[in-house]
Order: sequence, then C-alpha cells, then structure tokens
Amino acid sequence: MVFRKLALAASVAMAMATAAHAQISDGVIKIGVMNDQSSLYADISGPGGVVAAKMAVEDFGAAKKGMKVEIISADHQNKPEVGSSIARQWYDVDKVDVILDVPTSSVALAVNQVTREKHKLFLVSGAATSDLTGKACSPNTIHWTYDTWMLAHGTGSAIVGTGKKTWFFLTADYAFGHALERDTSEVVKAAGGTVLGAVRHPLNAQDFSSFLLQAQTSKAQVIGLANAGGDTINSIKQASEFGIVKGGQSLAGMLVFISDIHALGLPTAQGLIFTETFYWDRNDASRAFAKRFAPQYKGNMPTMVQAGIYSSVLHYLKAVEATKTDDGDKVAAKMKEMPTDDPLFGKGRVRADGRKIHDAYLVEVKKPSESKGPWDYYKVLATIPAEKAFRPESEGGCELVAKK
Amino acid sequence: MTEIFGIPTQALFGQLLIGLINGSFYALLSLGLAVIFGLLNIINFTHGAQYMMGAFVAWFLLNKTGIGYWWALVIAPIAVGIFGVIIERTMLKQLYKLDHLYGLLLTFGLALIIQGLFRNEYGSSGLPYSIPSQLTGGQNLGFMFLPNYRAWVIVFSLAVCLSTWFVIEKTKLGSYLRAATENPELVRAFGINVPRMITLTYGFGVGLAALAGVMAAPIYSVNPLMGENLIIVVFAVVVIGGMGSIMGSIVTGFGLGIIEGLTKVFYPEASATVIFIVMAIVLAIRPAGLFGTQK
Amino acid sequence: MSAVLPTVKSAEVGAQRIVFGVMVAFFLIGPALGMYPVFLMKVMCFALFAAAFNLLIGFVGLLSFGHAMFLGTAGYVCAHAAKVWGFTPELAIVAGAAAAGLLGLIAGLLAIRRQGIYFAMITLALAQMIFFFCLQAPFTGGEDGIQAVPRGKLLGVLDLSDVWNMYGTVLIIFLAGFLLIYRTVHSPFGQVLKAIRENEPRATSLGYNTNRYKLMAFVLSATLSGVAGATNALVFQLAALNSVHWSMSGEVVLMNLVGGLGTIFGPVVGAFVVLAMENYLATLGFWVTIVQGAIFVLCVLAFRRGIIGELGRLIRKPL
Repeated sequence: MVFRKLALAASVAMAMATAAHAQISDGVIKIGVMNDQSSLYADISGPGGVVAAKMAVEDFGAAKKGMKVEIISADHQNKPEVGSSIARQWYDVDKVDVILDVPTSSVALAVNQVTREKHKLFLVSGAATSDLTGKACSPNTIHWTYDTWMLAHGTGSAIVGTGKKTWFFLTADYAFGHALERDTSEVVKAAGGTVLGAVRHPLNAQDFSSFLLQAQTSKAQVIGLANAGGDTINSIKQASEFGIVKGGQSLAGMLVFISDIHALGLPTAQGLIFTETFYWDRNDASRAFAKRFAPQYKGNMPTMVQAGIYSSVLHYLKAVEATKTDDGDKVAAKMKEMPTDDPLFGKGRVRADGRKIHDAYLVEVKKPSESKGPWDYYKVLATIPAEKAFRPESEGGCELVAKK
Repeated sequence: MTEIFGIPTQALFGQLLIGLINGSFYALLSLGLAVIFGLLNIINFTHGAQYMMGAFVAWFLLNKTGIGYWWALVIAPIAVGIFGVIIERTMLKQLYKLDHLYGLLLTFGLALIIQGLFRNEYGSSGLPYSIPSQLTGGQNLGFMFLPNYRAWVIVFSLAVCLSTWFVIEKTKLGSYLRAATENPELVRAFGINVPRMITLTYGFGVGLAALAGVMAAPIYSVNPLMGENLIIVVFAVVVIGGMGSIMGSIVTGFGLGIIEGLTKVFYPEASATVIFIVMAIVLAIRPAGLFGTQK
Repeated sequence: MSAVLPTVKSAEVGAQRIVFGVMVAFFLIGPALGMYPVFLMKVMCFALFAAAFNLLIGFVGLLSFGHAMFLGTAGYVCAHAAKVWGFTPELAIVAGAAAAGLLGLIAGLLAIRRQGIYFAMITLALAQMIFFFCLQAPFTGGEDGIQAVPRGKLLGVLDLSDVWNMYGTVLIIFLAGFLLIYRTVHSPFGQVLKAIRENEPRATSLGYNTNRYKLMAFVLSATLSGVAGATNALVFQLAALNSVHWSMSGEVVLMNLVGGLGTIFGPVVGAFVVLAMENYLATLGFWVTIVQGAIFVLCVLAFRRGIIGELGRLIRKPL
C-alpha cells in the first residue's frame, strides 16, 4: 500500500516535473509556518500568520504558473525543543523547504541552527532578537519584519528629535529587556538626550504602580517601556490610571504591536509612541490587503508580523521562480541578490547578513476623538528610511559580512 | 526632606500604600483558597482561572449587555460561583475519599482547560475594561497621587475579608462549618446537611476569586493568562500564613503586599522572588506557617 | 505461605523482565521502524525524568510540583559547562547532575518536613524562585537561552554530533538510570521508603529516621532528573527557560498520571504518550493545552491507575 502510494506520488511528480521545475524537490514547494498558536504571542502572528502565507501564495499566482505550493503549520508552544524537533522532522521527513515566522527568540535561534545544518531556508518574521543577523547570523536565515535594534533606535532617536530629551526606563529584568534598554540609551545619549535612571521589574509582574511612581518622581519627559507583551499592556494601563501622560510625561513603547493597542483600547493607550514597519491604513495597497485579510481572521487587521510573512513568502516564491529550484542555499542567495518589492513594504533589499531592510514608521496612538472607527489607531509621525532604520551591517558582528 | 536609607520618607509612604493595595488582591485570593482548603481539604489550582473568569464576566456584562462595574461586582461572583458549584458536584465530590493530591491534580487540569478555551476564544493580548466613571481621577495626598479606584480596592477588600472572617469565626453558621471540617460525621448526626454545606463553601471560595477578578479588571489586563502566574504567588502566601487559617491568610496577604512593595523600592530585581524567600525562611523556622498549627 | 511467596515474586520479576525486554527492543529498533531518532531521544530523556519523579510520588508518596527546577538547572549548568568551559560531554552531564543534586539537598531540607499538599506547594514555590533566578542570571541568556551547545566527543573519542552515536549514548544513560531506580525500589532502602509511604509513624517507631530517608530519596530523584535534563540539553544543543517553568513540573506529573503512578514502567509509557501528543498535536494549534488538561481530568476521575497500572491489574502482576 505504502509502496503504491509512493509509486503514485513519484509518477505524479514526474508528470509535473516540466523542464521549468526540474529541480523542485519532490515536485512540491513546501512551506512550514511555525509559531505560537496558543499562548503569549498567538495574537501577533499565530493562525493569522498562516492566513497571510496562504494569501501570498494565491497572490503570487503559483497555481497558474504551474508551481505546486503546500502550506503546513505547527504550534511550537514557545518551547525551543519542540520547535527544534518540529524543524528537524519537517526538513528530514516532511520535505519542508522553508520555515516561516517563529516568534520567541529562544525557539527562533534553535530553528536558525537546524536550518543552517540542513541547508534549508528560514524566513523570520515574529522573532525580535537582532542576534539573528548579528553573532548568530546564517547564510540560510533572512530576518524580515523588525528587530530589537531597529525598534529601540527608531523610537529613541525619533523621540529625542522631537525635543524630549530626558528619559527613564521601565525595564523587564532579563536579557531581552536589558538589550532594549541598552540600545535605546545609547541612541538617546548620542542624540543629545540624558537617561535619568531605570527600574528593573520582574517578568510578568502584575502590578507596575510602584515602578511607575518611581518613574513619575524622576520627572523624566519620556518613560521608555523596555518590556513586551502583558508587561507592556499592564504598564500602559496603570500609567493611565496614575495620570502619567496627563501629567505631561510621554510613554514610549519599545515592542508594541497593533494587537496590543486593540487590547488596551484608545482611551488608555492614547499618546503612546513607538515604531512599526507596517500599518494597515498607510496606503491603498495596505488597506486592500487588510480588507481581504480581516474576514479570514476573526475580523482582526494584520499586524506587522503577519504582513511580514506575506511579504517574505512573495519574495521567496519569486526567487524560486527565478532560480527554478527550491534548494535552500541557492534560493537564499537569490533572495539576497534580487531587490524586494511588494505592496505592503514597498521597495527594499536583503543584505548579506540576512537582514531585510525597508522603511519604518514612528507612530503615535490617536486620541479616541481622532479615531474614525475600529482599528483606526495610529498617526504616523515620521518615516525612518530603510537604510537608517536598521543596524548597519558592519556593527552586527556577523561573520558573513566580515568575509566580504 | 527626611530620608530612610536614601529614599525620601514621602516616597516610602507612597510605596507602602501601594504595597497594601496589592496585598488586598493577595488577601482576597488567599482567603478563598484558605476557606476551600479549610473545609474541603482541596488545593484549588483552578483559583487563578476562576479569578480570570471573574474579570471576563465583568467584561462580557459591560460589552454584551451594557451592565456596568457595580452590578458586575455582584453578578460575576455569583455566576462563577455557580460554575464552581457545578464542578464540585460533578467532579470534586468523587475525590473526597481519595488522597488530597488528586484534588490538586484535577483542579490543575481544569485550569489548563479553562485557560485554553478562553485563549482560544479571546486571544492572548487581553481586552479593554475601563475604571467606572464614579472612581476615575484621584487624590493628591501630598506624598503621592492616589487614584480613587485604588483607594476603593483597599477599602472594599478589607471589608470583604473581615466580614468573611467574622462569619466563619464568630457566627453560628461559621461554627458549623468549622465543626464540619473537624468531624463531618458528628455534624451530620446533628441533622446538618454537610455535603450541601461543602458545596456552598466551594462556591463561596470561588466567588471570592471572581470578585478579585472583577476588581482587577480595570487596572490589570483582562487576559486569559492573568491568573496563571498569580496563583503561584498566592500559594506561597497561603503557605506562609499557615494553610487553612482565615486570619492568617488575610494578615499575610496584606503583609506580603507591603514587603513586596518595599522590595520594589530598595531592590526591585528581587521583587518577584521576595515572597518565595520569605516562604523559605518561615518554613525553616515554623514549618506549619505563621498562623498554622502542626497537624 | 512462605513457600508460595518466592514463586509469586519470581513471576512478578519475570513479567517485569519481559516488559523490560520489550522496552529495550522498542528503543533499539524504533528508529528502524521509522520513528524519528531525535524524538525517541527526547522520549528517553523525559522517561528518565518521569521515572525519577515517580521514585518520589510512587514509592515515598511525596508529590513534588517543582521538579522542573532540577531538570532545568542541570540543563543550564550542562550547557554552560560544555559551551563556555569546554567540558567533555560526560563531565558536563556530571556537572549538571551534581548541580541538580545540590539544589535537591537544599530544597529537600526545606520541604521534607511537610507532607501531601503542603509539600507540593512548597516545591512549587521553590521552583518558581529558581525560574526567576534562571530568567535573570546573566549566564542563562534570558529568553534566548543557551544556544548552539557543542555535543563534543564522549570520553574524547566518540563524536556525538553523529546522530547514532548520540542515540546510543542516550540509550545507555537512560537504561542505567532506569535500572538504578529499579534497584533502589527493590533494595532494603526502597522497602523502608515504602514503609514510610504506608505508615510514617510506624516507620518512625521502628527506629528509622524517616526524614533522613525521605531526604535521601529526594536528592536521588533530583540528581537523576538532573541527568535527564543535562542529557536533553546535549541532544537539543540548547537550554532554555521553558524547562524551568512550572508548566514543565505539571507535564511530568501528567506523564506519571497517564502511565501509572507507582509503577515501574508507567513513567516511560507516560512520557512517550505525552510527548507524542505534544509533537503531533502541534499542528492542531490552540488545542494542545486543552487536550492536556482534559487528560488530567480524565485520568483523575476515571483512570487513576494509568495505562501500565491498568495493564498490570489485567495480568494481575505489578509492572
């Protein structure tokens, strides 16, 4: 039975293997979307990430071009061993050619390593750590949407540019929070600002009032939130309760997604400043995408991570079409060689260290009175040009760059 | 300005007050656990999930039916309490004859299911819930800005805690309850319906958790995971106070809130662990907890 | 009576030998049957972890709800030793296990005086303390964890980056740990532990220092959990926060509950079932935790003996 199935599959593959696709392994381009579908980060990509990948395959017109593309997905449950073993199994047994998304730094770094070993391809959208294109960079990994360096620098320098020069940090007390605080402090100081102090709070702290009071007494103009997820939401919520923004201090988020703003509601989140690389209501193309996306995902507008998945799949398929192979090493090289261009992120490129660069936007959350309806949340304050938004190649310590 | 250890006294007062407010939540939650443990001998691991459900019921009432915060304070505990009663009747009841560990495991499993289902439906970022209009704004106390809502939290939870203590320790109903814990057969012989009393007690304990959830909704994120980590801290509070002691859980709840608040000023890095450190010290000196009696 | 007893005993041992043989055969030919070797290595690591846990719950009657602290600490220490200090794999595993054992001694001294639910809650709280330590300590890498841990050469010769060398090593570690637990349970020491479980005051009155026995069992369990955690860190070449998180402590309880508390082979079967679920349910997205919770409830309400426990009842021999 198994043999017959195999034989059948082989004959189908042979029939399909036209000259153009002679080197597509087993005749199918298999895309694996791996992310957190059940826990902390489920809302920034999760099942919506799979929707975005499917839309990209449709929009590319894979079927019309005779390319057979299959998408599978898995929940890594934020456990690096689970992520690492799914990745290995996908590559070895299921013949997956490319893995997408993978939020949670620890899991992304694990998949990064497996992908490199197996000479496949890893397109990161959800993970934040800039190590993926720094000391852990790999020829087989492309970091698409955002990273910690870009968020910290974008937000830091743009805010100091508006004349708010004194800062106080609320930092989640672990490596990730420390990195955000360090990166932002550097750019604040370089731009002529001063950091008055910082307070380290434990991860998943429920109550921030004590830390907020310390921030309040510091009299800093800007309170930088070097934390993520529930911690950011709770600190913003309680800052509004303690009248911090009304008292004249601004809140700057280092890692905030539109899903977080949706969770907070405008009355609480208004005035918050942070950086995004995608906003659904930015231009006609992004609006058109969002209008198609929302009905397929419980009415939610896409986050930048989901948009990044769409954009990376599109570019990937273009590269496969151009190289006529799904070999990880060759496609990765092609993706770096070809300039990127898609409706959501516009023109950009992929650098040698694997960093995809595009414009970033400094946004401020609207007041409830300014918002015209659900999901109308941002005012775009400034556009940070692609070449300035991300860490310069030479500073990441990536070995691929040093070789050049 | 006078200073203590380099911190202005005024700021210190502010932090003490905030510690007391957090302590209110610890006290309410550990009180519910203590009541349930005292009578049912069950560690209610679902407590965190039921706290979360309280907040969600409040959100649901406001957004689907337009019923506001004040009614939610009444309705949510009753609704979640009924849910608790159903759990007790259908599942927990079967476990009383077994090792108490099975109660812990069952409620742990239930917590996973409930949190999973809510996450499935409402995602993980949480939902907005505003402070009721009567309690917005705050008072400038000179040494700090005290939001009115926080003042309400502290007063209301103290009232709830003390009346619970009064009912259990000082009334006839309470004496039945306590007697039923010691010797259910004897109490039954007096013609008291012990199983029903147990069921209602569980419902009441669960209701307390839901009440804490409603009170938390305006200030913390209404989130399927909101009770997941809190519950472990509350366990530590209960262990420190001495399992099953009503007064112990109230005093320890408020006391640890204050200790935690002070840690946030002097050494914020340790504020997540300080409660566990206190627990370790207490256990080394008094294995039964501060107010507990060695069984 | 005395004439019957030895034969019953040998029949028991006979059944257990057969099952043991089946288990070894399964892990030997599993990869040939198309089971994924990395997955099987993970199963063996967690089977050892679950068996170490079972030593406490099944044979001393102590439910630890914080066993992840031993698994995770050992993983971190082993990964750090192998990556930063350049330890050979066997030394790195020993270092990890030793760290877990030391932690077990400290935690045990604090917790061992209480029983039942008290014990469970105290271990849970201690484990939460360790979680925050691992989150904040600089050497653990916070959320990133310790990545790209070299597997190295076993005893300086056998290259573990080869999957089959690694597989053999894990199999040997697992079997050694398993047999150690088996021997412990059946030794005079194990008999005293069972006596404590059944009736502690009586054991005390017979002159046994029960707290010392319990502490020894606790440290042994912690150390073996450490061996499992350290080996796991080498298999996946990483150590990360989820292995010290309290949900991991819950998972090991689930493994034992599914397999059968207090049985010899239950933890192994339970580890296999739970991990297979985690692996294959991954494509179901949202449902992983819900299904796990449902199995908890089902096991507690209707299926308290677990798979191996029920099987043992069926053939009337303890397995």
